[in-house]
Amino acid sequence: MENKTCFHCGDDCGNHPITFQEKSFCCNGCKTVFEIFNENNLTCYYDLQNSPGAVPKEIEGKYDFLSEEKIIENLTEFRSDTIEIVTLYIPHIHCSSCIWILENLKQLNTSITDSLVNFGKKTVRVSYSPKTTSLKQVVILLSSIGYEPYISLEDYQTEKKQVNRSLIYKLGIAGFGFGNIMFLSFPEYFELNEYWLEQYKHLFRWLMFIMSIPLVFYSSQDYFISAYKGLKAKILNIDVPIALGISVLFIRSTVEILFDLGSGFFDSLAGLIFFLLVGKFFQQKTYDFLSFERDYKSYFPIAITKIAPDGSESSIQVYDIEKGDRILIRNEELIPVDAILINGKGKIDYSFVTGESQTVSKISGDKLFAGGKQTSGVIELEALKSVEQSYLTQLWSNDVFNKNKDDGFATITNKISKHFTIAILFIALVATMFWIITDISKAMNVFTAVLIIACPCAIALSAPFTFGNLLRIFGKLKFYIKNASVIEKLAQIDTVIFDKTGTITSNKSSNAIYDGELLSDTENLVLKNSLRGSNHPLSRSLYSILKEHNIVTLDTFEEHIGKGIEAKHNDINLKIGSASFVGNPQETNVLNTTVHISSNNVYKGKYTFYNSYRKGVSKLFNKLKKQFDLVILSGDNEGERENLKKLLPAKTKLIFNQKPEDKLEFIKYHQSEGAKVLMIGDGLNDAGALAQSDVGIAISEDVNVFSPACDAILDASKFKELYAYIKASKSAIKVIKWSFVLSFIYNVVGLYFAVTGQLAPVVAAILMPLSSISIVVFTTIATNLIGKKLK
Amino acid sequence: MSVIYILLSVSVVVGVAFFIIFLTAVKSGQYDDSYTPSVRMLFEDELVKPKTKKSTKTD
Repeated sequence: MENKTCFHCGDDCGNHPITFQEKSFCCNGCKTVFEIFNENNLTCYYDLQNSPGAVPKEIEGKYDFLSEEKIIENLTEFRSDTIEIVTLYIPHIHCSSCIWILENLKQLNTSITDSLVNFGKKTVRVSYSPKTTSLKQVVILLSSIGYEPYISLEDYQTEKKQVNRSLIYKLGIAGFGFGNIMFLSFPEYFELNEYWLEQYKHLFRWLMFIMSIPLVFYSSQDYFISAYKGLKAKILNIDVPIALGISVLFIRSTVEILFDLGSGFFDSLAGLIFFLLVGKFFQQKTYDFLSFERDYKSYFPIAITKIAPDGSESSIQVYDIEKGDRILIRNEELIPVDAILINGKGKIDYSFVTGESQTVSKISGDKLFAGGKQTSGVIELEALKSVEQSYLTQLWSNDVFNKNKDDGFATITNKISKHFTIAILFIALVATMFWIITDISKAMNVFTAVLIIACPCAIALSAPFTFGNLLRIFGKLKFYIKNASVIEKLAQIDTVIFDKTGTITSNKSSNAIYDGELLSDTENLVLKNSLRGSNHPLSRSLYSILKEHNIVTLDTFEEHIGKGIEAKHNDINLKIGSASFVGNPQETNVLNTTVHISSNNVYKGKYTFYNSYRKGVSKLFNKLKKQFDLVILSGDNEGERENLKKLLPAKTKLIFNQKPEDKLEFIKYHQSEGAKVLMIGDGLNDAGALAQSDVGIAISEDVNVFSPACDAILDASKFKELYAYIKASKSAIKVIKWSFVLSFIYNVVGLYFAVTGQLAPVVAAILMPLSSISIVVFTTIATNLIGKKLK
Repeated sequence: MSVIYILLSVSVVVGVAFFIIFLTAVKSGQYDDSYTPSVRMLFEDELVKPKTKKSTKTD
């Protein structure tokens, strides 16, 4: 029988699909969502896209905290008696069906007046009437149709972020000014001494002057500010000659029209500012759905259930948790503080923290660290510390998180600008001296002309367009980079440090090797079938590794939580589980995860789990080893040392048992020795190392899921391409150097006109856009060629 | 008065008008999400007709 896929979510329905209205569903959850849509005439959802849905999750009690007045106040954007507006982040938004169903929410709950999706940011903005519904009900409705919003501590902030649109305004003004000034200065290009033009040229010039005022004083503000800051710090950055060029252009033009000496250079001025801002805009590629600034706040819940001494439960804000408080953690909830387990069976998934997906079993009295996620049933904890003082969150009090990595980093443009600025000033002075001696009337003219023509528009555009384009190419290849300077830093890397778990190993699959007496066919059959019934993560992984067997009904099946499984079929009595459970007293290997098996009380052997490494790890390391120092920095024990030694080049350093702070210090130490470090990690435990390194790349199986603060996010499927990406960054630097050469040629041509005192406005007006456009074309073609080699 | 003044003032007024429209468009957030509207536009035909008696009045 061929398995059907679920009509709602597209998953495999297994052997027992639920059939409803001649459609198959993998589970009741999916069926329920379909029923909801069906009743409300919303089945169009399925016409737009095949199986677009997600399985709704268990949400019992999970959103109780949304009834708290203070929390509603903080989450909503707008609040009055008749309307409340809230923007919710929904990671599942992925297709047009999602947009459609979410914008038709009012069909499901008539109290919702409006809902608007922002696909890029994966958010939905819902307006509803608080008289007839509540925030909690809206969130529960969304969850029940498979669109569970993600609400984290990060959303709980009184200050709402303001969108910064100033660059768009500046660009808009510059574009407006550029177009109109070009239009007005056009007649003057022909130098026709027509009566008509002569009569109106003053009017035209003053109009140009008026329009250039907002360009100089508003649109190019950033260049002046940056130049001032640079000079103050005694750095000749690229903005210094730009600011100088803009001011000279403006002053000379104003003087010219004031004394009727000429038409001025308003057209070149407007063009320069416009092109520069276009470059800035182009470089600013943002990925709305990704965040590079996440700290633990994005992972942590807003509120948690507190148990009062009298046994009553209430929601409290996580920051209000104090030492000694009793708290309740439900299934799938995150533990926000270091605590001691009081009641219940803990099965903690630390994958957020360590990247390790295997859950850890905990019993009453064990210490639990913040950041773990409970994965089975309800547990009761006693807080040992407050949120900020917990083991994991303490990492964020380290200075690295307050430091801006770009501070003190000299970009290639600024490096060249230092020499460039000095050279230009030198040429300007020499030329002026020369003219003072030969023809003093031209001296001032030449001085300003040199500064105008040398204004490094083309140089300033090289890097933004090269990096901007490469950023987009990388983005298409699922390598998401925070900003352009990261590419530059990537090109300078000489040491590559990898985290192990979750970075070079894959979370999805693991390997298990059997060691011991061979099992008979029937024993294998019973083994497979008993694992089938168990939900323990180790059973699940082992089950998926073992060969297919027929399905048989077991005579007895018993799961001893925390120990193992006992199953009986015909004359075989199988015990699967921990060493002590199956009766093997000599446990030798304590480093690796093992599952032991005994049949009819005779010990048979064990399955040892090994990490399964990502495809191409070995190849990647072999490529990298020629140019880089390689280090594996793992938080795990040494169980995998031998395996790694076989897999990786001999010169790779292997360092185990590293705490988050150790990783950070390790990188700091190497940096102080002059190394440029690239750190590749995934979990929150790498957060410090990622922040400290020159470039921190987070590996992510699913980029929509959270990754710690970093400079770039790399999709796990592209891990083996890392070397190609580093190489592409190096090529980009070469492209920029070539375009510098190109713009120097333009500058030399321009300088010839300038020093000989023949710089006419029309020459500047042609040379300036020509150089800018040719640089844009050159860098775009060159980076596209680099991009073609990738893939 | 010469016709050039009229022409100039018309051209400047048109330019400024478009410029103001642009500014209001940016301010209202039209440039914040450049993808969703392109999808939303295509839903015209699939919009759900409200069921009888079910009020979907939006304010």
